[in-house]
Amino acid sequence: MNETPKILISNLNLSIDKQDILKNINVKIPENKITVLLGPSGCGKTTLLKTLNRLTDLYENVKINGSIILDNEDILHTKSDITKIRQKMGLLSQRPYPLPMSIYGNVSYGLKIKGVKKKKMLDEKVEHYLKAVNLWEEVRERLHHPASALSIGQQQRLCLARGLAVDPEIILADEPTSALDPLSSQSIEEMFTILKKDYTLVVVTHILRQAKRIADYVVFMYLGEVVEQGPADEFFSSPKMDRTKAYLKGAFN
Amino acid sequence: MSGLYRKWIDRINEAWMFVFLLLIIILPFILAAGLYLKSYLIISENHLSDLLFTDIWKPAENKFGFAPFIISSVWVSLSTLVLAVPVCLLSSIYITQYARSSVLKLMQPVIDILAGIPSVIYGVWGVLMIVPFSVKAAEWFGIHTTGYNIFSGALVLLVMIIPFILNILIEIFRIIPEELSEASLSLGATKWETIKFVLLRKALPGIVSAFGLGLSRAFGETIAVLMVVGNVIKIPHNIFDAGYPLPALIANNYGEMLSIPKYDSALMFAALILLAVILVFNFASRVLIMRLERYA
Repeated sequence: MNETPKILISNLNLSIDKQDILKNINVKIPENKITVLLGPSGCGKTTLLKTLNRLTDLYENVKINGSIILDNEDILHTKSDITKIRQKMGLLSQRPYPLPMSIYGNVSYGLKIKGVKKKKMLDEKVEHYLKAVNLWEEVRERLHHPASALSIGQQQRLCLARGLAVDPEIILADEPTSALDPLSSQSIEEMFTILKKDYTLVVVTHILRQAKRIADYVVFMYLGEVVEQGPADEFFSSPKMDRTKAYLKGAFN
Repeated sequence: MSGLYRKWIDRINEAWMFVFLLLIIILPFILAAGLYLKSYLIISENHLSDLLFTDIWKPAENKFGFAPFIISSVWVSLSTLVLAVPVCLLSSIYITQYARSSVLKLMQPVIDILAGIPSVIYGVWGVLMIVPFSVKAAEWFGIHTTGYNIFSGALVLLVMIIPFILNILIEIFRIIPEELSEASLSLGATKWETIKFVLLRKALPGIVSAFGLGLSRAFGETIAVLMVVGNVIKIPHNIFDAGYPLPALIANNYGEMLSIPKYDSALMFAALILLAVILVFNFASRVLIMRLERYA
């Protein structure tokens, strides 16, 4: 990778209650690509993802040092408004968590927070982003029904639309298909490959085949450390580290 | 043989459990039926509207107007609720959203101890502390009072139902998944916006039921209230008037009214009103909760 990365993580260490969760992480996340954080459960990949939009602020007794540079700004030490930084990143979690409001309310939530008040503008945006995630046709008749009435697969697409609506540059996804049926998973994966034209995606997964299907760049983590990283084709065809080779063979997961 | 025996044991045990469950289920009906039978004398000889809406209480002259008691009960319970909502809501939000988890660990036993104190102790404390305070508070408004009034009753009740409501509210906020807050924060909301638009919305059915249960308790609480509320049979017009809630009426007079048979029946009727109000109240809050849950 010679081009400037979208996000540059350097010497990142994170501990909770003096227990090290992330150890000396150095990662370059390329722009307009899908970067997959791959590794077995408990290796710290979700924590790394949450550090990117500072949701780690919610944790007690957490100690972070190092730097995460996004658009020439170290988001770990910045004085600027954290809500603005978070709006640069849409988050998709393991299970969909629709906000306790209508379908329309979910998509327009972030916009309203941003200060968009005009109903016409909100209507347009809601329609646009629901179309972007192929949900519009399914819900156009019931926009004002509770979002919780949707199927899990629909909810996850709604959550994606909700995240896109605040116009982020980056999409963070934490095992976004783990609660979904195969068809819904496939549709999310397909959407990701389309979205990378306009967004930088960081996807956490422990599913090797999913990583192979969607990754452009792979970061393999184990026990809080980055074992190996590189472009997907290189990573999967000629892994360098023994631990990576073992993982790719399915020796542990 | 042993197979048949075991099968019978199995059946008998199931039957036992069912019988006990049935007992619990029919208990409220037995209670209501008993109260109705006992109060039948007064219901049959007086108009229901006279009983509920007139305010003259002279048992010796066969005048039983329950309005002062009913209105006192409403005053005391609603004043308690108005005070309890901000106190409980804000402190439960602080404990679950802002404070370190060690604060909850510290608070939990305190809340449990407060909840376990017998109500007569709250009553004595009310007489010693709240009643004099009530005199002062009324003076700020230019009102002279003995201190034994609705306000004192509401304050004592407030302290009594805070631990009860707080316990439920803390539990309600704790079971909301953290991912929901994360979703809201990741969309650029501040912590306060997240609380206001997402958490309170999500918790609303639970909040309604917590305060519903608290209100039922306030409505039925007897000893502590009757010790500070004044027990004057007169419709109260403001919070510094003395009141005489329904439970106090029953507790103060039961056992002294044997000479007037209708008096006995009247007190049973008071109990019936109390039971009916609490049942209606529980039912109404359930309906409300069901509606709110659709969006939660």
